Amino acid sequence: MRFRLTEDQRALRDGMRGLVARRFDRAALRAAVDRPGRLDRVLWRELGAAGFFALRLPEADGGVGLGLPETVLAFEEAGRALLPGPLVATHLAAGRVPGAAEGETVVAAVDAGGLVEWLTEADVVCGEVDGAVPLRSVDPLTPLHRVAGVTAAVDPVAVLLTAAEQLGTATRACELAVQHARAREQFGQPIGAFQAVKHLCAELLVRVEVARAAVYAAAVTADPADIAAARLLADEAAVRGARDCLQVHGGMGFTWEADVHLLLKRAWLRTRRAGGGTESEELLAADLLSAAGR
Amino acid sequence: MDLADSPEDAEFRARLREWLGKVLPTLPPKPSPDDWPGRRAYDLGWQRTLYDAGYADVHWQATPGVRLIFLEETEKAGAPYVGAGFVGLLHAGPTIAAEGTAGQRARWLPPILRGEEVWCQGFSEPDAGSDLAALRTRAWRDGDDYVVSGSKIWTSHAEVADWCELLVRTDPGAPKHKGITWLAMPMDTPGITVRPLRTLAGSAEFAEVFLDEVRVPVTHRVGEENDGWRVTMVTLSFERGTAFVGEVVACRRVLGELAVAARRNGRWDDPVLRRRLGALNAEFRALWRLTQWNVSAAEAQGGLPGVGGSVFKLRYSQARQELYDTAADVLGDESLDADRPWVHDRLSSLSYTIAAGTSQIQRNIVAERILGLPKGR
Ligand SMILES: Cc1cc2nc3c(=O)[nH]c(=O)nc-3n(C[C@H](O)[C@H](O)[C@H](O)COP(=O)(O)OP(=O)(O)OC[C@H]3O[C@@H](n4cnc5c(N)ncnc54)[C@H](O)[C@@H]3O)c2cc1C
Repeated sequence: MRFRLTEDQRALRDGMRGLVARRFDRAALRAAVDRPGRLDRVLWRELGAAGFFALRLPEADGGVGLGLPETVLAFEEAGRALLPGPLVATHLAAGRVPGAAEGETVVAAVDAGGLVEWLTEADVVCGEVDGAVPLRSVDPLTPLHRVAGVTAAVDPVAVLLTAAEQLGTATRACELAVQHARAREQFGQPIGAFQAVKHLCAELLVRVEVARAAVYAAAVTADPADIAAARLLADEAAVRGARDCLQVHGGMGFTWEADVHLLLKRAWLRTRRAGGGTESEELLAADLLSAAGR
Repeated sequence: MDLADSPEDAEFRARLREWLGKVLPTLPPKPSPDDWPGRRAYDLGWQRTLYDAGYADVHWQATPGVRLIFLEETEKAGAPYVGAGFVGLLHAGPTIAAEGTAGQRARWLPPILRGEEVWCQGFSEPDAGSDLAALRTRAWRDGDDYVVSGSKIWTSHAEVADWCELLVRTDPGAPKHKGITWLAMPMDTPGITVRPLRTLAGSAEFAEVFLDEVRVPVTHRVGEENDGWRVTMVTLSFERGTAFVGEVVACRRVLGELAVAARRNGRWDDPVLRRRLGALNAEFRALWRLTQWNVSAAEAQGGLPGVGGSVFKLRYSQARQELYDTAADVLGDESLDADRPWVHDRLSSLSYTIAAGTSQIQRNIVAERILGLPKGR
C-alpha cells in the first residue's frame, strides 16, 4: 500500500491545473457569468486536445488509456476552477458519441432525477428530452432544463467524478477563506488571528482532507460503497466549505462581485446530480447489513 | 496511488491471520473494567504473546502496510487492544527510540516490547492542561539526581504503572517553553502518592499524582536539560498522529453490529436512523482512508507523523461521539441502562474531544501550523 500520488499523477494534475489557470482564470470566470448560457467551444476543444474527455479511453481507440485515479485528479482541477459545461456527460460519452473524446462534440445527458444541464448548447443529448422545460438555474454558470418522469439508472462513475469536482470546489473554498483571513484586518489585526475565524478555517481544511482521502480511495477501488462515501463527504466539504468561506468574507461574501456564491451554487447543484445524498446513504446503510451477513 | 497489499504485505497478513486464529481461542477471559491489577496482567500477557510470536514492535515499524494490516487484522479478529500498554507502546517508547541514548533505548525499550513494564504520562497539571507549558512541577539538581516536587493530574493508568514520562520545570527563570525537561520516573520511588479519580463513567480510569521530593537519577533524562519542550512535541506527534488509528477499525465493527441490532429491534425501518447509519459508514470508511493517506505521507517523510494527526484527531473524536449517540438511538430506552456495553462506550467517548489535546487546541494547531494563520489571542 502506497496511498499517495505518483510522480506521473502529480505531473498530470499540475498540467491540468496549468491549462485551466491559463484558459479559465478569474477574468474568464467572471466573463462567463456575464454571458450566461454560452459555452466556450474553443476551450472545450482545448480540453479535448489535452485528453480530458478521453482519459479513460484505451489508447487503441485514440484515448489516453489512463484510469479513474487520473480522471479524478483532472476533474478535481475542473471543480477547483468552477469550469462550466457538461464535463461529466461528455467524458462519459467519449468513445460512444463521435467527437466527444476530442471535444468537438458537446454532450449533455438527462440525469437520473430528470434534470438536464446545458441542453441548448449541446450537440448531442443522451436521453429523451421531448417537452423539456427550462428552469431559471440558481447557478449562473449551469443552464438547466427539467424533463418529466425520468429515473435513469445512476452511473457510479458519474457519482465519483461529481465528487471529484466537489472536492476541487471545497479546496478552492478553503484557499479563498484562508487568503481572506490573512489579508483582511479588523481590530488592528488580521481576522485570521481571531479564534472564531481560525476555527472556521481549520474545519474547512479538515473536511477537505477527509473528502480527499475518500474520493481518491474510491477512485482506486471503484467500489460502489466507497464511491457513495466519497460523494457524501465531498458534498459536505463543498457545501459547508462554501458557506464557511462566505462567513469568513463577511458582507463582501454576500455580494455578486465576490466569487463565493458561485462556489456554493455549483456545489448545491452537484449535490442533486447522479442520484442524491439520500441514495448514497441508503446504499451505505444496506452495505452495513450485507457486510455483517444479514 | 495504491491501496493493495504488496506481496510481502499480503504474506504478512496471511501469516498474522492464521496465527490469530490459533492463539485467540487460548486467551484467558477479559478481566472486569474495574479490576486494575487484572487488566494490567491481561494487557501485559497479550503483549508477551505478541513478543513471542515476533509481532511486538509492529507499532514502531515505518512501513505503513505492516502497521495498518496489524491494526486491521487484530481488531477484526477481536484481539485485545494495547490497553495498559498505550503510553509505552504508542508514545513513550517511540519518543525514547527517537530521542534517547543507546543506553536508554537498551534499558527501557525491551521491557515495553516484552510486556514487562507499564508506562504512564505525567504531563498535565491542575493549572496546566491545554496550556501544557505552564507546568509548575519543579526539579532541581542534587548530585546525580533531580529532586522533584509538585503534582500531576488526569494520569491514566498511574496506579498500575512502573514508569512515568514526566515533564518538570528545571529553570523557573527561563521563558515558559525553555525551562522544561523530560524525565523517566520509576513509579515506586519514595515520595510518590497516587490518588485515583473517578470518571463520569464511574470507573477510576485516571489519577492525581503527588510528588514530594522524589529523587530521579539524572541518567533518566531524555534529551537535554531545559530542552524538554522539543522532546514533548515528539511525544505529542506520536500520541495524536498514530495512537488512535486502530480504533477506527473497531468503530467500523461496532457500526456493523448497530445495523444488525437495529434490524432486529425494528429501528431499521426508520429512514432517518437508517440514513444516519449509512452516513456513519461513509464517515468511518473515510477516516480509515485518511489514516492510510497520513501513514503513507509519514513514510515518505521518513517515519515521523506530521501535524496531519491533528486533522485526523479532530474528525475522529467527533465521529466516535456521533457513533455512540446513534447507538443510543438504536437502543432506545435501553440506552439508559448503564450495564449495556454501548452505554459505557458512549460515556467514555465523551473524553475524546478533550484528552490528548482538546478539539479547540487541535483547531489552533491546524490553523496556525498547516494553514499558516497568524497566532493570536
Ligand atoms: C480520559 C482522559 C485521560 C487523560 N489522560 C492523561 C494522561 O494520561 N496524562 C496526562 O498528562 N494528561 C491526561 N489527560 C489530560 C488532558 O490532556 C487534558 O485534560 C487536556 O489537555 C485539557 O486540559 P484541561 O483538562 O486542563 O482543560 P483546560 O485546558 O482547562 O480547558 C478547558 C476548556 O477550555 C478550552 N481552552 C483552553 N485553552 C484554550 C485555547 N487556547 N483556545 C480555545 N479553547 C481553549 C478547552 O478546549 C476546553 O474546552 C487526560 C484527560 C482525559 C479526559
